[in-house]
Amino acid sequence: MAKRVGIEVSIAVAEAAKLAKVDLVAAYPITPQTHIVEHLAELVADGELDAEFVPVESEHSAMSVCVGASATGARTFTSTASQGLVLMHEVLFIASSMRLPVVMAVANRALSAPINIWGDHSDAMAVRDSGWIQIFVTNGQEAIDNVLCAFRIGEDRRVLLPVMVHLDGFALTHMIEPIIFPEQNEVDSFIPPFNPPLPLNPEKPVTMGALGPPSIYTEVKKAEDVALIESKKVILEVWREFGKTFGRHYAPVEKYHSDGAKAILLAMGSYSETAMVTIDKMRREGKSVGFINLRLWRPFPFEELREAVKDAEVLIVLDRAVSFGGPGGPVFSEVRSALYPLEKKPKVVGFIGGLGGRDINMAGFEEMITRGIESAKSGRKEEYEIFGVRE
Amino acid sequence: MTKKTIEKKKAPEELTWKDVELGCYLTEPGSATRFRTGDWKTRRPVWDKSKCNPKCALCYTYCPEGCVAKEPDGYFEADLYYCKGCGICAAECPRKAITMVEE
Repeated sequence: MAKRVGIEVSIAVAEAAKLAKVDLVAAYPITPQTHIVEHLAELVADGELDAEFVPVESEHSAMSVCVGASATGARTFTSTASQGLVLMHEVLFIASSMRLPVVMAVANRALSAPINIWGDHSDAMAVRDSGWIQIFVTNGQEAIDNVLCAFRIGEDRRVLLPVMVHLDGFALTHMIEPIIFPEQNEVDSFIPPFNPPLPLNPEKPVTMGALGPPSIYTEVKKAEDVALIESKKVILEVWREFGKTFGRHYAPVEKYHSDGAKAILLAMGSYSETAMVTIDKMRREGKSVGFINLRLWRPFPFEELREAVKDAEVLIVLDRAVSFGGPGGPVFSEVRSALYPLEKKPKVVGFIGGLGGRDINMAGFEEMITRGIESAKSGRKEEYEIFGVRE
Repeated sequence: MTKKTIEKKKAPEELTWKDVELGCYLTEPGSATRFRTGDWKTRRPVWDKSKCNPKCALCYTYCPEGCVAKEPDGYFEADLYYCKGCGICAAECPRKAITMVEE
């Protein structure tokens, strides 16, 4: 029987890695990820988790160790945030292009300067094109469930790609939530042992990361792009099986009263739950509004998104990151681009908000939705608006 | 020092994206011997046998690619499949027996 316990989400994420029986953890502590790594170090030191814990000197080294370990066929986990994620940026691309299914929990946090330890998605968006599968969660239970799914997805021989599970720093990592933990035997049968086809093995030598000259690099990148696109089939399959086994269901695009709604708000991460409560209130007042939670960020779920918004008049997109000098927040510009080929599509309105830990409460979301609908009608001049900024 | 015959594989430019090994791994050691690694040279070395005396093998010794080998007649020659045209052999030859010729 699964247990339901009140636990800090960071500790629960570490416990999920333990349930997945990771062989190696290499990580460097950084707020707000620290408790995840501290707890894993404790589990290894106390002999509760039979794994190597490598206390590296930087995040660049953390990901490098993960790459090396995963290449030998070890189940590998790490976690970071913000500056740590951008410091390991170089190695992220190596993990994905060498097809190594490292799993990483990212405790999303703003980027410096100025130093800001609080939550937003600028770290995640900076690694958007790193070739990793990227999943956003809205609460602690989803974080645990998706860390477990991440091993199963990434290590599948049809995928062999690293996976990031994005959970908002503080808003999720430091919350105490009731979490349902599956039993060890249930996890064991859900995640089969990692058995990569071409691990580093002196008996059967392989070379990874050799030179790829102009004559082959394009073909390698095409193969990598196809692998990430096609991973969606396996992601759906794993989420379906997870739902069947554990009773909690996940989808790339999750609809909340959005079918038939004239205006839809789209967001990612922990703010989605506040947005949903706002939608409840506005619907009680007779407004035709709905919500979409974008869970799967890479590979981008084009079909699911198009289907979910096809009948809406307005789609309001919240970004928690700035694409400086660009076409709006990264989510907004991708969503708009995804809808561009459609004959009939909603007007897309972009807001950037919730930066560096600034809350958006129910009143804030209500204002955003109302203003978004008005902007779509009147046709505002700016491509996007930074929500709540003091002028 | 004597020339070896190696089976030469199809060049990378003949592979499609579906032929690429997982993660572009190399699945056998020393596989570069089967690839045309000399395709970017702009000049190639040409030996003047009349000046090559006493076949000192400095060209063989200095070649960073190991692509200079002894022919059956005892003189040296570069395997242009691998030769990158660096010109080190020509620079090192004490008899100036090697000339770098435009490709």
